[in-house]
Amino acid sequence: MEDQLLHNLFRTEYRKIVSVLCYLFGIKHIEIAEDIVSDTFLAATETWSLKGIPENPTAWLYTVAKNKTKNYLKRDAFFDQKLSPEVKYASEKSEELVVDLSAKNISDSQLAMIFAVCNPNISAESQIALALNLLCGFGIQEIADAFLTNKEVIYKRINRAKEKLKAENIKIEQPTIAEINERLEPVLTTLYLLFSEGYYSTSQNTILRKDLCAEAMRLTFLLIENKTTNRPSVNALLSLMSFHSSRFDARTNENGETILYEDQDETRWNQDLIFQGAHFLNQASTGNSVTKYHLEAGIAYWHTQKEDTLEKWDNILQLYNSLLILEYSPIAALNRTFALAKVHGKQQAIQEAEKLQLTDNHFYHSLLGHLHTGLDNKKALAHFQNALKLAISEADKTTIAKSIDRFKV
Amino acid sequence: MNEFVLIIRRDMVSKDAVPSPEQMQAAIKPFQDWIGGIAAQNKLVSPPKRWDADGRVVKQDNLVTNGPYAEIKESVGGLFLIRAKDYDEAVEIAKGCPILKWGATVEVRMAIPTE
Repeated sequence: MEDQLLHNLFRTEYRKIVSVLCYLFGIKHIEIAEDIVSDTFLAATETWSLKGIPENPTAWLYTVAKNKTKNYLKRDAFFDQKLSPEVKYASEKSEELVVDLSAKNISDSQLAMIFAVCNPNISAESQIALALNLLCGFGIQEIADAFLTNKEVIYKRINRAKEKLKAENIKIEQPTIAEINERLEPVLTTLYLLFSEGYYSTSQNTILRKDLCAEAMRLTFLLIENKTTNRPSVNALLSLMSFHSSRFDARTNENGETILYEDQDETRWNQDLIFQGAHFLNQASTGNSVTKYHLEAGIAYWHTQKEDTLEKWDNILQLYNSLLILEYSPIAALNRTFALAKVHGKQQAIQEAEKLQLTDNHFYHSLLGHLHTGLDNKKALAHFQNALKLAISEADKTTIAKSIDRFKV
Repeated sequence: MNEFVLIIRRDMVSKDAVPSPEQMQAAIKPFQDWIGGIAAQNKLVSPPKRWDADGRVVKQDNLVTNGPYAEIKESVGGLFLIRAKDYDEAVEIAKGCPILKWGATVEVRMAIPTE
């Protein structure tokens, strides 16, 4: 009971207090901020086991964190000399330093932290590890589990990211309109990657993967809640995430194996999330720029319509055309060809597919296998066998093996 | 890989111009499919834009006339850049233009690589 409460509070409050302290201290003293908050949670563990859980655990944590910060500032001469000049512009004397844990300041701090952490100068994998740690309150072990690696690797990634932020002297502050214009796109890229990590991860830990998706959505929603970052592209991204998430439960069976879209039981699609996706897509439909998130959200919307109509696939095809014209990606090229087959037939799609020449991509061979099925089963089988050779993850191999088995009957 | 410009010309000034506005309307989706297919091969360098048909033509002695270039029947309807190995490949791509059947033409020109 107490453990669970602490775990939940750690998840929700650690990141808030760390953000507020980082916002106050600056990136150079990020470890001090983390130490103070870790100390606070240690104190909670000790005190609560002796005296029981306080009436308002969150308020208790905030008070203790504030006191620990004050004590730290008084006690540590080094900190006083090095940090205080930086902090002093905010308050006259360091003793009067205010640790502001109001909802408004927590929200401002977290926004500032998102813009600091999602920095294109840091490698994507380090950004995501740091984001999970600082912005989402994930422990190192949890992050390691999500990436199917060990704690040391994650430590290294996070430390590299922190060193980079310090070396570049990245400011943790409210982004200006100009900075938002320039930096919002890389921020959205990181949030999208974070989501995809959860959605497409090969980790068998479904709860953890769901958490990753939920965190990516929470951070995106945080941008929507803030007036200056509530842009159409952000709404489109959250719409896309909502539509995808709606199929989370339907896309794996009890053994953790992938269930392909066409074989999914649509009664297991989450209608609340579909509704939410439609809401944010609606919110995204202002202004005059169409981003890739708009197009992908549109595609995801049509996928929430299970019925196989020409209208559906025609819309999906046109959206993939626009998406590819905006930005090429092999997976979009393959998905476009799948939609093309639904609209113009397999024969034409085979011609278009062969032009893609993505011969070392297992999805390419699976697509051609699928397109040849029923027209030329020999060719189909050969393509599926190629796909099997090229696939890396066990989940992909299982799916392809199932397609091959269908020819053996 | 070389860069090519594809210039689509069609009759935009005659009264009974072909393709007609209705035919152009019907060609929107095939046209998007054509461009999407080029993009899917990662061979689209710069996408087509929609060009206003009003147009101006500037000549010697600051002479400005209205409308797209009217001394020949065909005006530039669209142009965009693609990537292709050689003229053969670029021409194969150009053959996919869905309004060729209504008398439009596609001019294919290779950009001379800068040394």
